Amino acid sequence: MSFGPHLLLALLEGSVSAFVLALTALGLALVFGVMRIVNVAHGEFFMLGAVLAAALAGLFDLPPAIGFALALLLSPILVGAIALVADRLILRRLAYEPEATIVATIGLLFILQQSVLSLYGPDARSVAAPIDFRIQFPWFGYSGYKLIVAALAGVLLMAVWYGLKKTKLGLVMRATQLDSEMAQAFGIPVQRVYALVFALGAMLAGVAGVLIVPIRQAHYLMGLDPLLLSFAVVIIGGLGSLRGALMAAFIIGLSDGVISVFFSPTLAKILATLAVALVLVFKPAGLFGGRAQ
Amino acid sequence: MTGGKVQAMAKSSAGRVAVLHVGLIALMFLLQFVLPQYHHTNLARIMVLACYAIGYNLLLGYTGLLSLGHAMFFAVGLYATGLGVAQFGLDPLSGFLAGPLAGCALAVIVGLVALRTSGVAFMIVTLMFSQTGFLLILYFGDFTRGDEGFVVAEGLRRLAIGGMTIDLAAPAVRYNLALALFGACLFVSWAVLRSSIGRVFVAIRENEERTRLLGYDTWRYKLLALALSGTMSGAAGGAYALLFAYVGATFASIQYSIYPLLWVLLGGAGTTLGPFLGTLLMFYLIDIASGLLPGYLIVVGAVLILLTLWFPKGIVGSLRARWLTWLP
Repeated sequence: MSFGPHLLLALLEGSVSAFVLALTALGLALVFGVMRIVNVAHGEFFMLGAVLAAALAGLFDLPPAIGFALALLLSPILVGAIALVADRLILRRLAYEPEATIVATIGLLFILQQSVLSLYGPDARSVAAPIDFRIQFPWFGYSGYKLIVAALAGVLLMAVWYGLKKTKLGLVMRATQLDSEMAQAFGIPVQRVYALVFALGAMLAGVAGVLIVPIRQAHYLMGLDPLLLSFAVVIIGGLGSLRGALMAAFIIGLSDGVISVFFSPTLAKILATLAVALVLVFKPAGLFGGRAQ
Repeated sequence: MTGGKVQAMAKSSAGRVAVLHVGLIALMFLLQFVLPQYHHTNLARIMVLACYAIGYNLLLGYTGLLSLGHAMFFAVGLYATGLGVAQFGLDPLSGFLAGPLAGCALAVIVGLVALRTSGVAFMIVTLMFSQTGFLLILYFGDFTRGDEGFVVAEGLRRLAIGGMTIDLAAPAVRYNLALALFGACLFVSWAVLRSSIGRVFVAIRENEERTRLLGYDTWRYKLLALALSGTMSGAAGGAYALLFAYVGATFASIQYSIYPLLWVLLGGAGTTLGPFLGTLLMFYLIDIASGLLPGYLIVVGAVLILLTLWFPKGIVGSLRARWLTWLP
């Protein structure tokens, strides 16, 4: 295959992962923006989404499409419920103190990951794609499901965007983000908003995990890469800035795809982690953050 | 309790403290004659890992900087010594010295960049640098053997002094070398705490603004603390490569950055004996759990959460706060 088609393939792969990454990172950005905490267990919610989807899809003897639809519906709800419990039992007791919360969410990471290993086993499991068609380019065929993933992720991103900007719930969240004490003074139940945001953030990662599972397999260690890439997106995009995070997701997703195809996936990750560290040191407001925090 | 008070009390009861520390080393020395082989090996390993924890504690416990990337310092020492001996033909002694040197050099380089940040940002920057290091080990897998790692052959682990040849693979040699390194690290950490430099470290932990206002260049002290911490972590890594003969990328992974945090928090951050106690307890807790569950690292998560929720001072820290106020 010559350079042009190769690049097209890299860009296609990059865009699909960019959409999924944007969804995952949006969850992290939302939690950081509103609650001012760094959730190191975020990647595990992604993993939980995928693993639960694989478990649910295999539970009943349903046609792939219906089984998958069921997983797409139930799995994020379960992930959200787990996040609610974690918020209630751990984060709230720590009063969301930033450094203690990081250490506690590291603990949560181990608990979720190792529980899955104990209950579900160390094997990677795959789920059949709900639809099976290929788009035939002159040089190669491309999985139609991947494009559907990108489209679904895009729709969900827009839904969250709309929810934040146009609904009352979004207004309440934004008020809490701007000044939680003032929001409380105006009668906003800040604790409940925090719990809701934490669950919503986890559900976004969970949905991303469900969408990815027919492409990559479900495995208990799959949470680390999305976590690091989401960190990259949120930090390079500007902490707490949703628009910056979306832009960063596409830059990182596309460059990750291109570098992975032409050089190596490891090199792409090295550049991403290094970029996060350097941006955080030299431009802590992020590259597209707008206002400094 | 303020750092100054701790210092004053430590000084007034220096005798008791000296007895306690020397007593621990003596106890560890005597234990080798009674322990069964399995625990003998475990304890040697625990002492080397405790050096890593003591190094971590210099940064977190004394200076108040929480790093999530210390595996890079342990691993750079591990690889400097391991590759030095296995690939570059260094003898074990100069090979070992490459460990702390590499740890120190990396700590200074990382510190020059990462110490521009503090708090949560410092945690994430160190996490990312360490992950970069881990990925670099995988990327240069032809040379480092990546995930699979390599074994430092027994023939390379023989130290010739005068006419004598010391075989580092012999259990008794291994135990006593681990004990010597542990004793040295424990002593250094105690000496640092008692020195004027250590008081500035503690002052930075308690209130960096005020310390700066008093005329101390806190940035330089933080760099010094990180360099000391990196040196000790590198020394532990180097010793690990020589004494336990295995070098692999796992030791650079996030898990090995979390371990020292866990050990130090469990034992008690900012105490001299806490890091060892935390390493000892966690080692055996994980050892027991591994026989019960496939996902035995769940105890790491559970202990971390329990500590942050109910037990932030750790074991020695709580003892000190309640009863033994003279403990350093």
